[in-house]
Amino acid sequence: MITTPTVTNARTKVLQRQGAAVALVLMVVVSWLTFPRFGSLDNLRDLALQGSFLVVIAIGMTFVIITGGIDLSVGSLYALGGVLAAWGSQYGFLAALTLPLVVCGVIGLVNGLLIARTNMAPFIVTLASLLFARGLLLAITDEGANTYQIPGDSAFVELGRGTVFGFGYPIFVAAVLAVLGGMILNRTSFGQNVFATGGAEQSAVLLGVPVAKTKVLVYTMSGTLAGLAGALTAAYLQSGVTVIGVGLELDAIAVVVIGGTLLTGGMGTILGTVIGVGLIKVIQNVINQIGTLDSNYQSVVSGVFLLIVVVLQRILRR
Amino acid sequence: MPTDPVIEVAGVTKTFAGVRALGDVDFALQRGEIHALVGENGAGKSTLIKVLTGIHTPDAGAITRNGHISTIYQEVNLVPLMSVSANLFLGREPRNRFGLIDRARRDADAAELLRGYGITADVSSPLGTLAVGEQQMVALARAVAADADVVIMDEPTSSLEPREVETLLGVVRKLHEAGIAIIYVSHRMDELYRICDTVTVLRDGVNVHSGPLKELPRIELVSLMLGRSVKEIEKHGTTAFGEGHHADTQPVLEARDLTSKPRIGGVSASIRPGEVVGLAGLLGSGRTETAKAIIGALPLDGGTVLVAGKPVAHNVKASMKAGISMLAEDRKTEGIIPNLSVRENIVLAALPRLSKFGVTSRSRQDRIVDTFIERLRIKVSSPEQKVAELSGGNQQKVLLARWLCTEPKILLLDEPTRGIDVGAKAEVQALIDELAREGLAVLLISSELDELLDGADRLVVLRDGSVAGELEGDQLTREHVLAAIAAEVMDDSDDHAGSHQDSH
Repeated sequence: MITTPTVTNARTKVLQRQGAAVALVLMVVVSWLTFPRFGSLDNLRDLALQGSFLVVIAIGMTFVIITGGIDLSVGSLYALGGVLAAWGSQYGFLAALTLPLVVCGVIGLVNGLLIARTNMAPFIVTLASLLFARGLLLAITDEGANTYQIPGDSAFVELGRGTVFGFGYPIFVAAVLAVLGGMILNRTSFGQNVFATGGAEQSAVLLGVPVAKTKVLVYTMSGTLAGLAGALTAAYLQSGVTVIGVGLELDAIAVVVIGGTLLTGGMGTILGTVIGVGLIKVIQNVINQIGTLDSNYQSVVSGVFLLIVVVLQRILRR
Repeated sequence: MPTDPVIEVAGVTKTFAGVRALGDVDFALQRGEIHALVGENGAGKSTLIKVLTGIHTPDAGAITRNGHISTIYQEVNLVPLMSVSANLFLGREPRNRFGLIDRARRDADAAELLRGYGITADVSSPLGTLAVGEQQMVALARAVAADADVVIMDEPTSSLEPREVETLLGVVRKLHEAGIAIIYVSHRMDELYRICDTVTVLRDGVNVHSGPLKELPRIELVSLMLGRSVKEIEKHGTTAFGEGHHADTQPVLEARDLTSKPRIGGVSASIRPGEVVGLAGLLGSGRTETAKAIIGALPLDGGTVLVAGKPVAHNVKASMKAGISMLAEDRKTEGIIPNLSVRENIVLAALPRLSKFGVTSRSRQDRIVDTFIERLRIKVSSPEQKVAELSGGNQQKVLLARWLCTEPKILLLDEPTRGIDVGAKAEVQALIDELAREGLAVLLISSELDELLDGADRLVVLRDGSVAGELEGDQLTREHVLAAIAAEVMDDSDDHAGSHQDSH
């Protein structure tokens, strides 16, 4: 049997669902008051831009985790996507954008097929493709020695560096994808199938939910989105940096969990994930504001924070 | 008899790993009838249902389906974390003009649909927050709303309270009136005779009887299920215990003043070799706790356990070494390790004794396992079969074998026949009898009074954690036991009503 969280009363329900949002608001208010520069438009724009890449990846991760799975390959796919975009940019905008989406999407598809058809553990399958994608990346870049540059005048750079009222394009891409993701999750049959698959897989099969198809789709989505995030980053950096994205899959998992998605599957929201990204990025930003603090402490603080959030969720759920 | 079958199968055969589950079964469900499908566990009911619904493909035989089939399983197969309305409409959600799910309409439709089933719960709350009976009703509503012509119900009432059973049976009648054909699987004779028109009895994968139910006397039906003649059942009763045992005079186990607040206070009992002592009492009267106290699994505030006159240290290891073994009540959580093989499950407790310097002799294991499989008549395709694949009765026998191969002097059995079918029950009862005859001292806990009265030589009646009486010989009657249990209720007029509800 699946243990179901007992809903004691409406107030804890709200707190539980909005716990991360409340924390985010508090963090922002305190940071604003403590560091005058935090509230500056420039800083907020930067914050949003930095968060947008992670949001794109974490949307895919949210779907995967709600089905009860995990995708460890996204960090490698993110880096691979960036390099492929940079390499492809010499053949024009379309090549720069579609190449990473297709390649990373196909790797995601293979993940999904292996997990759904052969019943292998998602952890193992995606760990294998984490290694595979990172290896492929190193092979096509001569072990990282060869960094592909994107011509500064290409339209592709505009995708990463262009702005509206100073807000970078990637922010809008992430926002549109988040809205779309939320809509797909809550307002389509596919979304319902995602919840059913993670909530009670055996029952879902008996209820006629296409469980295998659903799994294949979420991993394909996750791979494609990781590739897109990589392409956006490459466009922003004007080059395919090979060393990025190491351990990014863990950041993505962390923000999804902080956002209230159950790691065991069956429950979660895109909005929560976006809030989770906001929290992590605000913490990092504040640490940068302090300046004197070694940037390595970012991870320490993020880690402690993740623990606090998870413990709080647990307590509130009682 | 009009023949207008909605489903018809002819000569269906299905085997799993060399074991025949169905053999040349003919079955027809007529339009609009309520058809009882009965048989012991392992008789092939589930397999037949899965063949009917298309989950299994039969090895041989023909299937004709003239309608849409919905199945409701014993355990509610819905998604507890999703909302009631999402569960109800999963796969056929109402859409708005953009093709997106119309959540407001889904909730409204769900609320209206469920009102017909007497459910007024908030349809947007997670299904898991509803009572089990309500969840079952949601499952039923879902099945029916899917425009089913046939609804298959597999033990739908096994987890319901009496009041919920009535509601469910009411709904079944409504479906019947609406012309929906129903296959109703249940062990509960009362329900079957109340609502079913026809019956099919499966035994060992074969259809042994199909026909109108009302004309078939109950005892005849039981005899068809068991494959024993009516005379046999009348003579021996429904339990398989023999006559009293010849017990030695010196008790092998003595429990003195066992106290563990607040569950038990000062329970004393003794068992002689070759004797079966029953522990009777209502649920919560301290039966299981007494057994756990004896084997050292319950922290004690006071009291001693003596085996053959010598006190035993109060821990499980010492108790087992002294020759006490216990078969726990809940075999799923406290006994069986489903993914291990029959052999591994059996030798688990005896491993320390079978090994030298941590190395176990495989040939000795095999010898022991073979002996017990034969002796306890455990039905397996091989000792390497996974325990999870066995029926409840056979799992229970595997557990019994596990404790028997530790060569205990005293066996504590907590509800050994709960949740297993009639035939396996009889076999387990006969085994207990046989073991006592061979000199084992047995403590038998059962909620079934008949089982205790037939099986035990002596009864210790518990109430509220202490001994309310000991019955022997002529006193072993239903009236005496009930009197001993009821005394409490009469003494104590403001007694919690709970103890009554739980009495079966």
